[in-house]
Amino acid sequence: MIRDITLGQYYPGDSWVHRLDARTKIIATLLYLIELFVVNNFYGFLIAAVALFAVIGLSKVPVKFIFRGLSAVFLIIAFTFLLNLFMVDGRVLWHWKFLTITYEGLSRALFMAVRLVLIIIGSSIMTLTTKPVELTDGLEKLLYPFSKIGLPSHEIALMMTIALRFIPTLMEETDKIIKAQQARGADFESGNLFQRAKSLIPILVPLFVSSFRIAQDLALAMEARCYHGGGGRTRMNEIRFESADAVAAVLMVLFLAAIIASRFIHV
Amino acid sequence: MSISVRNLSYIYNPGMPGETVALSDVSFDVADGTILGIIGHTGSGKSTLLQHLNGLIKPTSGEVYIDDVCITDGKVKMTDIRRKVGLVFQYPEYQLFEETVRKDVAFGPKNLGLDEEEQEARVKKAIGLVGLDYEEIRDLSPFELSGGMKRRVAIAGVIAMDPKILILDEPTAGLDPSAHRDVLAMVRRIHDEMGIILIFVSHNMADIAEMSDRVMVMSDGKIALEGTPAEVFSQAGKLAEMGLGVPPAREITELIKSRAGRFESEALTIDEAAEDIKRYMEEARG
Repeated sequence: MIRDITLGQYYPGDSWVHRLDARTKIIATLLYLIELFVVNNFYGFLIAAVALFAVIGLSKVPVKFIFRGLSAVFLIIAFTFLLNLFMVDGRVLWHWKFLTITYEGLSRALFMAVRLVLIIIGSSIMTLTTKPVELTDGLEKLLYPFSKIGLPSHEIALMMTIALRFIPTLMEETDKIIKAQQARGADFESGNLFQRAKSLIPILVPLFVSSFRIAQDLALAMEARCYHGGGGRTRMNEIRFESADAVAAVLMVLFLAAIIASRFIHV
Repeated sequence: MSISVRNLSYIYNPGMPGETVALSDVSFDVADGTILGIIGHTGSGKSTLLQHLNGLIKPTSGEVYIDDVCITDGKVKMTDIRRKVGLVFQYPEYQLFEETVRKDVAFGPKNLGLDEEEQEARVKKAIGLVGLDYEEIRDLSPFELSGGMKRRVAIAGVIAMDPKILILDEPTAGLDPSAHRDVLAMVRRIHDEMGIILIFVSHNMADIAEMSDRVMVMSDGKIALEGTPAEVFSQAGKLAEMGLGVPPAREITELIKSRAGRFESEALTIDEAAEDIKRYMEEARG
């Protein structure tokens, strides 16, 4: 059900990856995503996949858990794959009525699908191994230099913290409302698209009302504790770069070099 | 109408880091017309158990029978169960969504596929049963009502499905004392007038003692105690171990017993305790 979505979830642990500074992980993830677009052949993806599985191994997050998150976006991947498969011109491999699969299309479709899978798993490793609070703290620190030119880095980080913090709460709320309406005989599974969309009203209206209630309570609770924005705020746990982060940085550079080198492999 | 639960077990997130056993090997029966009160700590498995009774949760193992029909083998139609077993969640007012009270209460009957006329009759009867004036509130928005009234409307939304078994999860949570009394009296009236099985969860021992024919105590996903209120509340020590208590009337009479030698009382409600104290004082004077 709705609880099965693992995208963006935190997997508690105490591995080497878990202990890295959030900033290191954010930069590494960003770099990894950019590098996936630098790759221009399957050898590059092979390197990227090996590196990814090495990180997964280090993080001690069960592979089963990671792939469960992937199932939520399976539809997007399948759609991209099919679109590329049938839309690219080239040497014909298979032909039936108006459908044509070309050699180039197949290769492009596989290429795109692999890239998407790596993007999703790569970014979910970051959220799986970093507590939401650490993640937003790291982001705030990384964005801090830009606050000089008017970027509200603290506010952006706070908004993200709140959003992340309330995902599970709202999911629970949704689950409860769905069950309550099911107990009144509501049916969310049958009917055509229009009927199904309409059957969501009994869920969405109470959910909106709840969200407003939660937002109001939260704002009050924050004000009661004298929250007045980011200026002059200190933290209990300052984040600091450690030697592990230096090791991670070296690994990142090596990986970047490997990816760039992979562009020149021709067979 | 009867309920029979056999060896029911339920595990949340099996095989995942958050794996928890919510229910383990729970068995019990509820006879027709009974009022069953359920007490237990937060996280003792009460809510999970209630959701099994109308098929909202599929058990990991075990069976639930409603009137000798097994509802857990996947063969029975869900609407048939929901028609028979009405479940009112905690804070049911948070599920209101329609523009008017009438439309909201009619949501259940409409889902049962009843015709307009029957829907209207059901709505009228249900709103009457929860002690509200149909003509007065039918066209109001449910969001304009007071907290206590919202809750009654939400309960009416379940009653309008005309269930033979009504389950209420903490029907008085978060209400002020007068709304609390009203809702309890209303629940009792609904039970008496509809002649149904009533199951309710409460943390208020006085309510449990006053309302229930049978009491069930849940702890760690198991049934710790079961019996009449007198039987269950005579085990004060065991209840205290589970972080639960006895009704205030029982606390008072126990206190008097410990101070005044000849005082005898088995009272569970304030009225009974008052009678016993009066008798004792008259005996002492005479």
